[in-house]
Amino acid sequence: MLADKDRIFTNLYGQNDWRLEAARKRGDWANTADILAKGRDAIIAEMKASGLRGRGGAGFPTGLKWSFMPKQSDGRPHYLVINGDESEPGTCKDREVMRHEPHKLIESALIASFAMGAHASYIYIRGEFCREAERLQAAIDEAYAAGLLGKNAAGSGWDFDFRIHRGAGAYICGEETALLESLEGKKGQPRMKPPFPAGVGLYGCPTTVNNVESIAVTSTIMRRGAAWFAGLGRPNNAGSKLMAISGHVNTPCVFEEELGVPLKDIIEKHGGGVRGGWDNLLAVIPGGCSVPLLPKSVCETVLMDYDSLRAEHSGLGTACMIVMDRSTDIIKAIARFSKFFKHESCGQCTPCREGTGWMMRMMDRMVQGRADIEEIDLLEQVTRQVEGHTICALGDAAAWPIQGLIRHFRPEMEERIRQYKAAYGSTGLVQVPAGGVPAAVE
Amino acid sequence: MSTAWTPAEQPDSFVFDSASEAEIAGVLSKYPEERKASAVMPLLYIAQRQMGRVTGSAWVPVVAMDVIAQRLGMAAMRVYEVASFYTMFNTRPIGRYHLQVCTTTPCWLRGSDDVVEACQKATGIQHFGETSADGLFTMTEVECLGACANAPILQVDDDFYEDMNAERTAKVIAELRAGRRPTPGPMIDRNVSAPEGGRKTLLSSSTADQE
Amino acid sequence: MVRVIVDGTPVDVPPGSSALQACEAAGKEIPRFCYHERLSVAGNCRMCLVEVARAPKPVASCGFPVADGMQIFTDTEVVRRARRAVMEFLLINHPLDCPICDQGGECDLQDQAYGYGSGVSRYKEDKRAVTDKDLGPLVKTVMTRCIQCTRCVRFSTEVAGTPELGLVSRGENAEITTYVEKALTSELSGNLIDVCPVGALTAKPSAFHARSWEYKKTDSIDVMDALGTNIQVQARGGEVMRIVPRVNDDVNEEWLSDKGRFSIDGLKRKRLDRPWVRVHGKISSVSWKDALIALARRFDGVPGDRIGAIAGDLCDAESLCAIKDLLQSLGSSNLDCRQDGAWYDTSARAGYLFNSDISGIDQADALLLVGTMPRHEAPVLNARIRKRFVDAGRGGFPIGMIGTPSADMTYDVTVLGNGPDVLADILSGKNAFAEVLQNAKNPMIIVGHSALTRRDAPAIYAACRELAHACGAVTPEWQGLNILHTAASRVGALDLGFLPGPQGCDAASMLRGGVEILWLLGADDVQLDRIPPETFVVYLGHHGDAAAQRADIILPGAAYTEKPGTYVNMAGRVQRAFRAVFAPGEAREDWRIIRAFSEVLGHTLPYDTLEQLRAHMAQVNPVFAMNGGSAQRLAGTTGGQAAPASGQAGELMPAPFRPVIQDYYQTNVISRASQTMAECSKVYGVAPAVAAE
Repeated sequence: MLADKDRIFTNLYGQNDWRLEAARKRGDWANTADILAKGRDAIIAEMKASGLRGRGGAGFPTGLKWSFMPKQSDGRPHYLVINGDESEPGTCKDREVMRHEPHKLIESALIASFAMGAHASYIYIRGEFCREAERLQAAIDEAYAAGLLGKNAAGSGWDFDFRIHRGAGAYICGEETALLESLEGKKGQPRMKPPFPAGVGLYGCPTTVNNVESIAVTSTIMRRGAAWFAGLGRPNNAGSKLMAISGHVNTPCVFEEELGVPLKDIIEKHGGGVRGGWDNLLAVIPGGCSVPLLPKSVCETVLMDYDSLRAEHSGLGTACMIVMDRSTDIIKAIARFSKFFKHESCGQCTPCREGTGWMMRMMDRMVQGRADIEEIDLLEQVTRQVEGHTICALGDAAAWPIQGLIRHFRPEMEERIRQYKAAYGSTGLVQVPAGGVPAAVE
Repeated sequence: MSTAWTPAEQPDSFVFDSASEAEIAGVLSKYPEERKASAVMPLLYIAQRQMGRVTGSAWVPVVAMDVIAQRLGMAAMRVYEVASFYTMFNTRPIGRYHLQVCTTTPCWLRGSDDVVEACQKATGIQHFGETSADGLFTMTEVECLGACANAPILQVDDDFYEDMNAERTAKVIAELRAGRRPTPGPMIDRNVSAPEGGRKTLLSSSTADQE
Repeated sequence: MVRVIVDGTPVDVPPGSSALQACEAAGKEIPRFCYHERLSVAGNCRMCLVEVARAPKPVASCGFPVADGMQIFTDTEVVRRARRAVMEFLLINHPLDCPICDQGGECDLQDQAYGYGSGVSRYKEDKRAVTDKDLGPLVKTVMTRCIQCTRCVRFSTEVAGTPELGLVSRGENAEITTYVEKALTSELSGNLIDVCPVGALTAKPSAFHARSWEYKKTDSIDVMDALGTNIQVQARGGEVMRIVPRVNDDVNEEWLSDKGRFSIDGLKRKRLDRPWVRVHGKISSVSWKDALIALARRFDGVPGDRIGAIAGDLCDAESLCAIKDLLQSLGSSNLDCRQDGAWYDTSARAGYLFNSDISGIDQADALLLVGTMPRHEAPVLNARIRKRFVDAGRGGFPIGMIGTPSADMTYDVTVLGNGPDVLADILSGKNAFAEVLQNAKNPMIIVGHSALTRRDAPAIYAACRELAHACGAVTPEWQGLNILHTAASRVGALDLGFLPGPQGCDAASMLRGGVEILWLLGADDVQLDRIPPETFVVYLGHHGDAAAQRADIILPGAAYTEKPGTYVNMAGRVQRAFRAVFAPGEAREDWRIIRAFSEVLGHTLPYDTLEQLRAHMAQVNPVFAMNGGSAQRLAGTTGGQAAPASGQAGELMPAPFRPVIQDYYQTNVISRASQTMAECSKVYGVAPAVAAE
């Protein structure tokens, strides 16, 4: 497990001041100009060597992503866009960076932008994080006043502007191209790829979109070296990562932990254990709602990292886990996600627009048991029909939790249906009456 | 769903006041001049806040969208699209205090149903989307607010009230009704998103409290 | 070229092509709903999914760029399953109301459902219902049928330039709307009906009237403006039910103006269906025989130079030729096709044509509009200007205008002034737009009839020509000096030399008593009140409009849908229309009436058939032999008057240009008889420029 000396976010809980002076005491902005003096290629090489994988969910190697940016500008400006649209249910880590470590983020943004030839960077912060945006803006103002931003930022010779753009309530804007659309003043509807943002991104210019955390760790990696970072975690799953625990644990919290640590140890240590003890555990969703859940049996042994969770047909996602104990109506828990995805579908692609609503309605009936056993298969087929057929991954994300539920909790779904049949004679009417849903079977 | 507004609710005109104009100047400086359409969301926010300031109901009337379209050289339709796409823009009048209850699974697991019920009891509102008879409160169901380690969350306007339950919800609403805004953040003895009962990491001297 | 392998067959496509285009090049049909060749790519319907080797999942072929050696599979199990999935999703919320849907029979969704739909529905939940929208008198909505492909949004934003439609809200609540309920203000709104792949947007005037498979379809040419839009007239029985555009990239691409599409009910109202003769001030209907004999008697003894003819705006070249031949055989050279009193340089064909051709707009890189309002005078041409404006990008196609826009132009225009004096400023370099034209490689000047119907028209034209030569708008490679006509018959008439001879009267003097017998060939828009009572007026036309009221004898002719006819568009393109239906009652094809009369008169015209007449027309002017082709480069043969040199052309007058069209929806006898157009006129009001006078 991660020792305090290896923590990157040393003011995670805001136990100390977030302002520039205090941040400097923690080491931020110490020798920024020297880091930039190493040159673009060296910085990108260092990031590649560190093994850092994107912290927003997909886990794409960050250094490699940076290297896709054109080496020479063709006249168009380059942009770094930081994704602070943290909206994935269960995920609440970037919020802590923005409000308690703003200078780490700003300094890292300067380094990353320099490495990609960008003189301007926007951070897209979800609209609900109003106070966090205010805090970050205050830090930006401090940095401008101290000459750390603007012309010749931090004495590096590199001109750099850093600006905030606030979202306004749309999960889909966490998808990088939807985010760019939103930043351009449009509806947040994902773009088709190709072209990729590194070629045609913000305002048609080469752009890299990175998660807040992926950027914020840059300054520390550059200071302490790629080898140090790569030494943490497991091969191909390097470093430490911000994680969170929510749901049925004794002490929900946000924390920084090494990758590759057993899930169980994390729940015990940081979460203070499952409510009612480990044996009361039902399932864990390991990384935000779009990754399939893990039943208790898997939670016993699985490690918290990209590859271990993938092997269990799930994923690390944002590494913000949702813990559910045995009192949980697991079907309802997943059905709520279906409602979420239906609410957040941008409405652009047919399968997602129509499929999320269909899945939600079927899930709502599954919660009551007001369905036929065979409809579980139909539901499964519908998820397969949405998956892989849309522009962005929201369709996939809507499908996976249901697939996970059916994979691990099909007996519970069937039992619910049998109960309903026993109570009401048959499924009878499956059409939802105009007045709404009849009371659920208790 | 059809158009989210009825013509009767719409005011005849909208003009940005001087406070808003000052904000707009700052916003426009953030984007390249030929890309000023980027400012559409900030300007919608500014209009919504101005409506809240002036009328007590923070929403964006169609005339305000038209003004924004003109200001940014966009087609009005594009502004309508944006305003209707993002849930934080209220396209019809709301109460003075906007109670936004997160009911997504992480909050639901920790009792958001109780928070909803407490809101209903304290305000008399029956369903999501409704405004209380006294016009003080509008209750909205929102999706994950991104503070799941502090679930359940009740967002009042721009502030998060965290680690809620029925009793704390009733208290917050009573305070609001009395014209006071309680301090946002965790409603229990807890340091932001650190574990309840004290943090378990960042205890060594270099990272501990410096004061 | 890029080599792509589609289902094992190699095809070569230009770089930058999409996978869909490659598949089409290989002869594979790819189903699609949102993709439209003339709109931006949205990629949202997901129907065009194909498999690409090494791609992890099916890709939307419409937006997927080809790469060399790419292997595309259009008919694998993965592809079929994906398309069936998409089709199922499209149908779950689509109403099963094909039997009462006007789109039935020509519906993309219906067609594709045969290929990819399932016979049973697995969807047991409630279906979505969407409130219908009021988009004005022309477009009817049944929004529950909408599949959110956004073609209509893209058409109105990109092509029409009136971004009034949008997809608001999101997810399954997303719907197409104007948000603030209002009628669409575009003159191209009918095209929304064509681009809509389902029955969400249909034609309001013809709602529930007919089925697509019941129509007899006839190729024709639109006469509502001078663009020569290629149309298809769709008729059932003897009635024109619908007019839709045909594709012709050199003329109208695939668009049609609302007036051209929706004036059809005007073809059924106020029609002249039998001959009438005025006796002692009272008009009474007579047989053809009596009418022609009466007319011949009136002609008897009148010297040729006391007879004259004015042609209207909707005439086919055949009838123009026949009447000209008849009058010439009587010794008259009192002919005029310019009922609006326009002036043209007729010394060469280039003097009155849209010389760059319509498609030439795509090559222009700067534009000066002189006394023209293309949006009202030729909406489809206006869309072409807009297309160029959009394609050129920011500042790539500067447009200057002399005159006052009477509506939003749909593209950025710099108004340089409102009168011809601005031309002098540009010529002298005083006006900054001179530099814009000078720096352009292919500058274009479009002169409209607000300029050409003024007394100083020769001076304006001379100035424009001088400017065109000075800025490089007229070179061996580039013909950028264009006349924008508003009358469908005008260029054909000019090509036939339908102009006063050296001693002949022009329209104005004929009207003022310059002739004893005045033959109005569909000429309703002349100042009829100027005609002295003693002038004998013959009206040959199809509508009981203003001129028929004044006429002493009325010969009922055929409207453009009722006769085979030749029309020359403003760019000099000779195009032929076919007869879709028969003219009502005793009305006959105009040239045949003239031919019959010539026989009664004893001056029999030397042609008995349409073919003979057309052969004769080709002798008059060889351009008429070039059916369909681009004939605008042929040198002029009319031998008419040339524009004087700039210095001797008279003074430019300072008076501002006035719009030639005050109400787009009511410009000729057909549109004035149309209730649909009257309704539009009411809804959209009259252009504000008129109110200002």
